[in-house]
Amino acid sequence: MDSYKTKQRMTQGLIHVILIVVSITMLVPFLWMLLTAFKTLSESTSVNPFVIFPSSWKLDNFVSVWKNYNFLYLYKNTILMIFWRVVCAVLTATLAGYAFGRLNFPGKNLLFSLVLIQMMVPSQIFIIPQYAMISKLGWMNTMAGLVFPGVVTAFGTFLLKQGYQGLPKSLEEAAAIDGCSIPQRFLFIMAPLTRSAMVSLGIFTAVFAYKDLMWPMIVSTKIEKTTLSAALAKMQVHYSSYYPELLAAALMASLPMIVLYLVFQKQFIEGIATSGSKL
Amino acid sequence: MGKKGKMSRAEKNEAMWGLLFVAPTMIGLFVLNFYPIVYTIYQSFCKTGDFGRGNVFVGLSNYEGVLTSSEFWGSLVNTVKYALIEVPFGIALGLLLAVFLNRKIAFRSGYRTIFFLPMVAAPAAVAMVWKFLYNQQFGLLNNLFGLNIAWISDSNIAWISIGVIGVWSIVGYNMILFLSGLQEIPHDYYEAAMIDGASGIQQFFHVTVPLLSATTFFILQTRIIGALQVFDLIYMVMDTTNQALSSVQSVVYLFYKYAFTNGNRGYGAAIVVCMLVFIMAITFLLQRAEKKWVYYD
Repeated sequence: MDSYKTKQRMTQGLIHVILIVVSITMLVPFLWMLLTAFKTLSESTSVNPFVIFPSSWKLDNFVSVWKNYNFLYLYKNTILMIFWRVVCAVLTATLAGYAFGRLNFPGKNLLFSLVLIQMMVPSQIFIIPQYAMISKLGWMNTMAGLVFPGVVTAFGTFLLKQGYQGLPKSLEEAAAIDGCSIPQRFLFIMAPLTRSAMVSLGIFTAVFAYKDLMWPMIVSTKIEKTTLSAALAKMQVHYSSYYPELLAAALMASLPMIVLYLVFQKQFIEGIATSGSKL
Repeated sequence: MGKKGKMSRAEKNEAMWGLLFVAPTMIGLFVLNFYPIVYTIYQSFCKTGDFGRGNVFVGLSNYEGVLTSSEFWGSLVNTVKYALIEVPFGIALGLLLAVFLNRKIAFRSGYRTIFFLPMVAAPAAVAMVWKFLYNQQFGLLNNLFGLNIAWISDSNIAWISIGVIGVWSIVGYNMILFLSGLQEIPHDYYEAAMIDGASGIQQFFHVTVPLLSATTFFILQTRIIGALQVFDLIYMVMDTTNQALSSVQSVVYLFYKYAFTNGNRGYGAAIVVCMLVFIMAITFLLQRAEKKWVYYD
């Protein structure tokens, strides 16, 4: 029994070693971003000796990129784009998910198979025509243009349909006998019960809107009208090898989402995992 | 539902609300997705200047251009090479970490938080810092290990370096999906295996792996399709002047370059239609493979 225990302890130790090595690998890029953001240019390019810690923790680099690339606008644009996309996606997907999961109507199977087909098609195929529509509508460099491709979601519809199908039939039947109309049943009984699916979809939508690079680069060409991600791409061209400034910008762009994630970890992980595994 | 004309009032009412509720989504999907598929295919047969004018039908000449260019085939090879790193390594490492974190182990949720962190970081920001880590002269990697490797400008190495960023970015996501799959395996199976004297490693291969095959297959499928659409990392890490660019640029990168940087939308559309065909073919093959490999109980 004793040797079993030591063996057990050794396995446990070995697992910790592996987990710690992986943890360091995951964290080093973030740490390097943080350290470099505080360095001067010469510290960041000094090799002999190689400098790891900045000599002082001054905010010069942050101030410089904040001024050159009005971060206030970038934050505002990104937050608004995420907000509208989440609201639109959750609203439309909840309605459609309820109908597909709970109601009978002509063409239901055909329409739902269209939803599934959309999920299988790589999204790049939509981009040229979506861009053409935006430019015809005069929505280049507008919030409407940024939000546009995200107002409906096939994937979210699928996710919410699953959510509604999982609810017991008896709930709704009882309400119907009591004389509740379909919108009342949906709004007051069924929709509140799919809150966790809605939260999952909301988080999933927010994270992917935040990470998206190609669409904002295409429709928001003006720096004051674009999102954090697309602005980073522009800055990289401008600052080329001024890494302290670049990484200060990268840090400012990453920090809000990282803080949100650390605070709402459980919801983030569950949201993205359940969205992923039900896809 | 009854036949047309024989619907009761309640059924009619339900049908009306059903159609009303799906209307926003379906109209949106038609405008934003189905019409664009048709339009992109149409566009791929046209030569285009600016939008709205100069959409001249040129038949198959864009496809001829795409399919005879070594640049396109090269980008397809690059994309597959990227997938060959990201998918197997991302999945193997994700599974390993999930199995470790599925045990009773100290600091478990801390590890989980750390591994998932790259998933919430913007690829643009992540790519920037990796580019600096890889810098031949000033980068942490070469200076830490006393190396002098051109991580992202040597065409023999650059595709691996990009693949490593891909693995780093996705491993936490795969791990989370594996963890939820693992939690669905009943404990009885492991107890039975332990009574039969199976070691931890034997349990892994004879209980975990077969019972996890549905999860694994799902991750495999979504990751293959995701990896074949790689763009952000390559766009951000590889400068247009980087001599290794042609050995790394992906199909979507090429699509973006032609359709939006160069404004040759017909050619860009042809590239993306070819990619669609390729991804659909892969999806079809995967669906067939699923029936063979996956164990559903």
